[in-house]
Amino acid sequence: MDKILRINMGASGGPSQAVEKAGEYTALGGRATTSMIVAKEVPPDCHPLGAENKLVIAPGMLSGTAAAMSGRISVGCKSPLTGGIKESNAGGQAAQVMARLGYAAIILEGKPATDDLYKIHIDKDKVTISVDNSLKLMDNYPLVEKLREEYGDKVAYMTIGSAGERKMAAASIACSDPELRPSRHCGRGGVGAVMGAKQVKAIIFDDNGCKNRQPKDPEKYKAANRAYVEGIRKHAVSGEGLPAYGTNILTNVLNEAGGYPTNNFKTGFFEGGTKISGEAQAELEIKRGGLATHGCHRGCVIQCSGIYNDKDGKFLTKQPEYETVWSHGGHCGIDDLDTIAMLDFLDDNIGVDTIEMGVAVGVAMDGGVIEFGDCEGAIRLVRDEVGKGTPLGRILGGGAELTGKAFAVERVPVVKGQALPAYDPRTVQGIGVTYATSTMGADHTAGYAVATNILKVGGDVDPLKPEGQVDLSRNLQIATTAIDATGMCLFIAFPILDQPETFDALLDLLGSFYGIEMTGDDVVALGKKVLTLEREFNKKAGFGAEDDRLPRFFKTEPLAPHNLTFAVKDEELDELYNWS
Amino acid sequence: MIQVNVKLFASFRIGRFDREIREYPQATTVADVVKELGIPEGEIGILLLNSVHVDLKRQLVDKDVLAIFPLVGGG
Repeated sequence: MDKILRINMGASGGPSQAVEKAGEYTALGGRATTSMIVAKEVPPDCHPLGAENKLVIAPGMLSGTAAAMSGRISVGCKSPLTGGIKESNAGGQAAQVMARLGYAAIILEGKPATDDLYKIHIDKDKVTISVDNSLKLMDNYPLVEKLREEYGDKVAYMTIGSAGERKMAAASIACSDPELRPSRHCGRGGVGAVMGAKQVKAIIFDDNGCKNRQPKDPEKYKAANRAYVEGIRKHAVSGEGLPAYGTNILTNVLNEAGGYPTNNFKTGFFEGGTKISGEAQAELEIKRGGLATHGCHRGCVIQCSGIYNDKDGKFLTKQPEYETVWSHGGHCGIDDLDTIAMLDFLDDNIGVDTIEMGVAVGVAMDGGVIEFGDCEGAIRLVRDEVGKGTPLGRILGGGAELTGKAFAVERVPVVKGQALPAYDPRTVQGIGVTYATSTMGADHTAGYAVATNILKVGGDVDPLKPEGQVDLSRNLQIATTAIDATGMCLFIAFPILDQPETFDALLDLLGSFYGIEMTGDDVVALGKKVLTLEREFNKKAGFGAEDDRLPRFFKTEPLAPHNLTFAVKDEELDELYNWS
Repeated sequence: MIQVNVKLFASFRIGRFDREIREYPQATTVADVVKELGIPEGEIGILLLNSVHVDLKRQLVDKDVLAIFPLVGGG
């Protein structure tokens, strides 16, 4: 990955392209690359949908190599949802294919002067940018079907649905999976709206004639990969739990722990939880001839996903993730898996973040738009309002904060304008610290304290008390930022937190690939460097300490069954970025 | 005797049950329940007693709700 493709969508006479040397980004990847380029090139006070914002796409440091689990792709920009810096990553095939094409990054900048819609095809010889207005307002599934007629099946697609074209702040970018389903999304923060603002409907990566990227030290690399895979397979979480039940295994865990936000964060236990649990979902998937185990990209050895068929045995959607089952399920008082699966499909098709969309619908329920538990109503809101771009749909598609304002809801679970995911910070205090302080807005993946608080992986910190949570979140946020640079799926954190030899194998993979010595300290230094850049960007964009806070109701409304409030003090939150 | 609502999850359900009200003598510990159910201690990830994490030594009382999970994760 020694080159960067820069496409100026706003060039006079139509989009222009230039290939540059990757320079300082050659041995970087993922979030490190996107955040460094955004911090360097995007004015922090620009309008996120304007010509000055840039959409940066980067595969991870080990993407496109033989390394297992290396298929994450990062997309960065100034977020239309938060107004701060954004990195949103996804699985699917795009990272591997883009990396094999040799690109460390693609930068989309400027804005077309006309209302034409573009597609970008990239193969080993050339980049073709063409107008295709026949794709206008198509949603992701029919869109990819149509593109396949032209470009075939041996490519990877990154696309936006109608929500991205309408520049909704919850809009996502879809990445196709190995079966070419547009089901893996860079979901968070409205990156799809920025692609829509650039008027790019689809990027097609074709690596025909390209080979895997080759390591500097092939022998060491091969051995490291073997040890790495072995470590992932032998850990109970990545080797057994995730393949068998998927991420939705967490529904019962969080519900039993009293930390499952229900009916828009009113209580921590959902009566209908068992009906939508991972156990119930896996059983139903198998019964209907779907799959309870499926990988989102080639080279995945965890296979946490699955295939969810409808009651007639026809493909409905990929296995909805825990976060989706929660946002469209318990958060909305909905305990019906078929409804949730339909909403998951609609979100993927329209191209919106399932977390933001589900939370917005729950907030709308709190505002009296429909009742909690209204399955048909929830489907109607997403399919007929968001999917058709009606005024109500644009409010919902603008995210939870906008929806809360529109319907005068006091309880709006967002930080920096981004909806909270599926863990109540009053019961899981560590994740509350991450929600409050992350540069990304409320984001569980930014520092997954749930592992240590609830799952007892990588240590044990009492979830119900404020003590130790800031240190925990800080360490996890630093480590996660580095992992997000590698292209590795975050679920490798479970084995590497518990098994030092698996962490060493990852360091050896990186070291032997690039021909350097890689230590734990280097990983920490990279994480700190990127976080610091991101935070500086946010400061210049207008964020201060007062934005590193949870909504006040978490401090004032105790949550059943523990009847606790979020107890980490503001001064402690302000210590998160004080590292030596 | 005491009555305990025992809930099992994920792979622990296989060949056992999802949830059952079970009777135990006074002073029964979490470890006793786990042993009686034939669950290897090393496979246990999370033990929640009335929604609070506990260890194997905890003594149970009447009407307790005990949830037993293998090591699981997601996110």
